[in-house]
Amino acid sequence: MSILINKATKVICQGFTGKQGTFHSEQCIAYGTRMVGGVTPGRGGSSHLNLPVFDTCHDAVKATGAEATMIYVPAPFAADAVLEAADAGVKVVICITEGIPVNDMVKVKATLRANYPDTVLVGPNCPGVITPGECKIGIMPGHIHKAGKIGIISRSGTLTYETVHQTTANGLGQSTCVGIGGDPVRGYGFIDTLALFEQDPQTEGIIMVGEIGGSSEEEAAEYIKHHVKKPVIAYIAGVTAPAGKRMGHAGAIISGGKGTADEKFAALEAAKVVTVRSPADLGAAMKKALKL
Amino acid sequence: MNLHEYQAKEIFARYGIPVPQGALASSPEAARAAAKQIGGDKFVVKAQVHAGGRGKVGGVKLVEGYDAVEEAAKKMLGIRLVTKQTDAKGLPVNSVWVEKPSAIARELYVSAVVDRSSERLVFMASAAGGMDIEEVAEHTPEKIKSITVNPSAGLQPYQARELGFFMGLTKEQVDQFTKIMTGLYRICTDLDASLIEINPLIVTTEGNVFALDAKLNFDDNALYRQKAIADMRDPTQEDERERVALQYDLNYVSLEGDIGCMVNGAGLAMATMDIIKLHGGQPANFLDVGGGATAERVTNAFKLITSSPDVKAILVNIFGGIVRCDLIAEGIIEAVKQVGLKVPVVARLQGTNMEKGQEMLKSSGLKITPVSDLTEAAKAVVAAAKSK
Repeated sequence: MSILINKATKVICQGFTGKQGTFHSEQCIAYGTRMVGGVTPGRGGSSHLNLPVFDTCHDAVKATGAEATMIYVPAPFAADAVLEAADAGVKVVICITEGIPVNDMVKVKATLRANYPDTVLVGPNCPGVITPGECKIGIMPGHIHKAGKIGIISRSGTLTYETVHQTTANGLGQSTCVGIGGDPVRGYGFIDTLALFEQDPQTEGIIMVGEIGGSSEEEAAEYIKHHVKKPVIAYIAGVTAPAGKRMGHAGAIISGGKGTADEKFAALEAAKVVTVRSPADLGAAMKKALKL
Repeated sequence: MNLHEYQAKEIFARYGIPVPQGALASSPEAARAAAKQIGGDKFVVKAQVHAGGRGKVGGVKLVEGYDAVEEAAKKMLGIRLVTKQTDAKGLPVNSVWVEKPSAIARELYVSAVVDRSSERLVFMASAAGGMDIEEVAEHTPEKIKSITVNPSAGLQPYQARELGFFMGLTKEQVDQFTKIMTGLYRICTDLDASLIEINPLIVTTEGNVFALDAKLNFDDNALYRQKAIADMRDPTQEDERERVALQYDLNYVSLEGDIGCMVNGAGLAMATMDIIKLHGGQPANFLDVGGGATAERVTNAFKLITSSPDVKAILVNIFGGIVRCDLIAEGIIEAVKQVGLKVPVVARLQGTNMEKGQEMLKSSGLKITPVSDLTEAAKAVVAAAKSK
């Protein structure tokens, strides 16, 4: 088992024929992802990477039965792409695109809630989701992953790879890794993903990687206290980040004295979550928590 | 992106939000002329910098007569104003805003920001204006009321009335306040403002509601569709190196330590700073070269880091995923050859083709120590910085 995606998941790519879409679709196909086509308005009926191209998501879903999509559409058009996928009935929408205006995401989230409550959105501004050995949807390097027992949830890209690397090196492996993204308004959050990992029989432990800004780690801590029985190891990036400065990610900012790493560490520790102060200790801490 | 107070007030006026009469001046003579144009005998002269806390350090002066206006402007213009919100170097005062003073009866507070938990625009109002709102929120949260806007319906007048009556405004004032709220809402939706704060929003002795101060931030991600706002950017208010980084398309933030960092990915870049601190060092910067780190970007990043005289050692931390470590090593070697190298570099390359990358660094004959373990790398760079 795994969460969200597996080897049976049929995947399309929006922004398929663009540079990013082409490169990463090739990588996903090479990894073994069951890619069934892509969408580029105006290119419908043609073929790309030996797969059919469609003008609209509706056409793509109708013809292929796609259940998941990965979006590389440029930021000005990405909100539209997410809603098109939801309207076409795609169940898991994974938006890699970085730089979407926050007002666009406010509208997307309100629309998803009101009209497409069952659509799962992951991202934007995220590396994607991978179930090692089965299905890779996103920009993460496939070869560092190894099928195993740890579920990973992270707001960062390369910091997720670091976590993956450590769990692979420690022989634990990963069930599924979910990059929830670095934007202030996003799709799936820590709590949604924690709930899935708690239910997933393959997942024996969960690593969550947070960062400064917002209060989703504090909310996750509260959720873990009441609903998660599996061991959770957490790390928060940005202890040394100055207040009021945006640290790369749109959502990584301490504003009005709120959203500091210290507050998040404290909330997680109060919920009896094991935290590490160095990201280099994540793998070892998980091994210890699982008594291996 | 931030704006100056005068720019924010111009936008307010355009959206029907009443602001005191005023004019901008970039010389003492122009300040005198501005005062004459405004008329009256008393004036407020306000230094225009991208930071709050100006009043406490002489950046806001209430003066009488044209000579005094000229004198106040002369004292402010050309200096660097250091407030509690700036660093020790302060920010340059290139212009002053000369304003007609207001007869204040009450000081209120109103702000608008996208709330990350509800994922909606939230307005906050308080009758305790003119004070540090974070303090009010901490000690007397009952003095703050907020409303959440449904993006499908937009701001409704009843929501503005709710806040207006909460602050104890009269019916006439609530009507004025509703207009102000409507203007603020349109600035958020039409112009992609990410934060608006009016502190204080005042009620004059005549009973009218005015925005006495104005703070406006804009969503950087939306600037592509807000050209007029993007053109209002004042680069003199930004950190020199952060400005150069922007041109190179690098994510860079200056910090006060002595260990330069070059990392791919924002999260890993923050984590790298943290691990340096954890092992007794101080990071000099946050720098994310991006997921698609090319040799050219690495070279630019190196130039940027080494342009700071404070940097005593550099830690390169790259997790090669799609990007190959040997390509990164090539970029580092090329950069070092181009910019010269006066300080030791510890390079931690991990991931795709790491052995090849490390071998290239080792055999380059340059002062670069290749390390594969993150903790070891942090310890090595802290030791290198301390021995300088």
